[in-house]
Amino acid sequence: MALLEVENLQKRFGGLLAVDDVSFTVKQGLIKAVIGPNGAGKTTLFNLISGALPPTSGRIRYNGDDLGGKKPHSIAALGIARTYQNVKMFAGMTALENVMVGRHVRSRSGFLASMLKMPWTWSEEKEIRKRSVELLDLLGVADVADKEATSLAFGQQRAVEFARALAMEPSLLLLDEPAAGLNIYETAEVGRLIVRIRDLGITVLLVEHDMSLVMDISDEILVLSFGQTIAEGIPAAIQQDPEVIKIYLGE
Amino acid sequence: MKRIIALLVACLLVIAVELLCSWTGTLYYLTQMTMSAYYSLLIIGLCVVMGYAGQISLGHAGFFAIGGYLSAALTTRNLLLFHDSLLVRGLDFAGLLVTGKDIYGGALVVVTPWAACLFAVLVAATIAFLIGIPVLKLKGHYLAMATLGFGIIIYRLALASSYFGGADGISAVRPFPLCPGLSVSGGPSTRVENYYIAWGLVLLGVILLRNLINSRIGRALRAIHGSEEAAESMGVDTARYKLYIFVLSAVLAAIAGVFLTHYNGGIGPSEASVMKSVRYVAIVAVGGMAHLWGALTMSIVLNFLSLRGVFGTYDDAIFGTILILIMLFAPEGILRINVGQKLLSLGGVFKKGGRKD
Repeated sequence: MALLEVENLQKRFGGLLAVDDVSFTVKQGLIKAVIGPNGAGKTTLFNLISGALPPTSGRIRYNGDDLGGKKPHSIAALGIARTYQNVKMFAGMTALENVMVGRHVRSRSGFLASMLKMPWTWSEEKEIRKRSVELLDLLGVADVADKEATSLAFGQQRAVEFARALAMEPSLLLLDEPAAGLNIYETAEVGRLIVRIRDLGITVLLVEHDMSLVMDISDEILVLSFGQTIAEGIPAAIQQDPEVIKIYLGE
Repeated sequence: MKRIIALLVACLLVIAVELLCSWTGTLYYLTQMTMSAYYSLLIIGLCVVMGYAGQISLGHAGFFAIGGYLSAALTTRNLLLFHDSLLVRGLDFAGLLVTGKDIYGGALVVVTPWAACLFAVLVAATIAFLIGIPVLKLKGHYLAMATLGFGIIIYRLALASSYFGGADGISAVRPFPLCPGLSVSGGPSTRVENYYIAWGLVLLGVILLRNLINSRIGRALRAIHGSEEAAESMGVDTARYKLYIFVLSAVLAAIAGVFLTHYNGGIGPSEASVMKSVRYVAIVAVGGMAHLWGALTMSIVLNFLSLRGVFGTYDDAIFGTILILIMLFAPEGILRINVGQKLLSLGGVFKKGGRKD
């Protein structure tokens, strides 16, 4: 069954059609990659799915729910997590605290209960901390848990951002260029990590420029160019597709 | 543990100041310390809005004035003339009115201080809520300007309205009896009690706000400060959280206004002036923005000096200068840069990288 269904999605910025009539589905438990040259509309697509931008027309369904008109925080609460191309750490907070924010949708203490430090908030707080430490450990950055997140090396920040997204226990994870700015060893590491995330049962939709990574780990690939779908299929088929080769290598 | 120690130290300091003033026969200092405490209640609320949630407000003197003015007006304006009206009869029936004599010996019917206080704070909260919904969509200096506009409106309303006493403000506000034998009033005989009432209130505020900051909600607020977009994508309802913290800080400001007005026995339009709002922002900045204890410390020091008249007629100029200097040379606040970091690097005994809130 398709977890995410995108139908005739369109986004117009003035005279530019950034996403032009794109339709595709993401099946439960798979890794799907969106590739395409710069300016193909990949990040815009992510912003539309996560609710950061409203679509001009078209429809996005997630688990049967129509995401149209929903704010990003409600979409996040439905189980869609995302990371950013240029890592957005929360400044002024430690790596651990950053991950703890990820537990927000999985906890419920309100303003008054928090101010009065009601007994039931203690166990929740403990649980939040425990899960967050576990995730930092999983991502191999537990040793920098108490360092300010923005002071970490880029690769570490990326790992913390992954942990933060995973802390939400999402069913769909949107990864915007997870390997950008990483060296080949770190990229391979990220690839293994994404596969591991899929094996945990989390569906992954990723935008990535690193072709070898995409071909290695993806179950399905969607190719965009100038906002339009060029091809869609398994990696082996995409590699043979004459349209795709034309876009990437020229005629 | 560190938090409890900090609180304990604060309590001891409050007591120590009182004892010191008693021994040296300088109890009159406690009057300014009490007034500073009430301003500090507003400051710590603003500190959470600015330092932690990353939103600015140049209108907090407005909320302070709404609290102070409403409570003052309701507890002094004679309702005898309207005693036949349904509203007044209803209030009387609910036991919310008291009778007394005015300074000329005439009969006086006014609202009880408790009811007036509650009403004033509720009105401030409602206004903050209604203003906050559209205004908190703005960011940075746009938000600053919008809240500044709100502050100006409140100031001009206080100045223009005869009900609120125009340029004279409202005087002869009666004491606020909290419980039998304990009331908020400024007479020399109740100086010590009032000093403790004020500081008790401030420390209670600090405890509640620190609990909030170190909770799930506090992390969400700080995340909004860091990146509103990313916070939203983590499932934080940023619009609602910004609104709630704004209303909470307005409530603290209004409570401060109510108490200080009853303590001073009056309130004037200068309490609503924009320069007051600028002063509050300056104090939060000097304290280090996201630093509750820092804001509190600087609030006591600067308010106390200002109230003692140390800055003379240059009062507002001094606070303006402080704001400029802080933004230029110590945007993290003077406590953090000078004392905190230097001590840390000198001593090296304390663990590095821990949060000093």
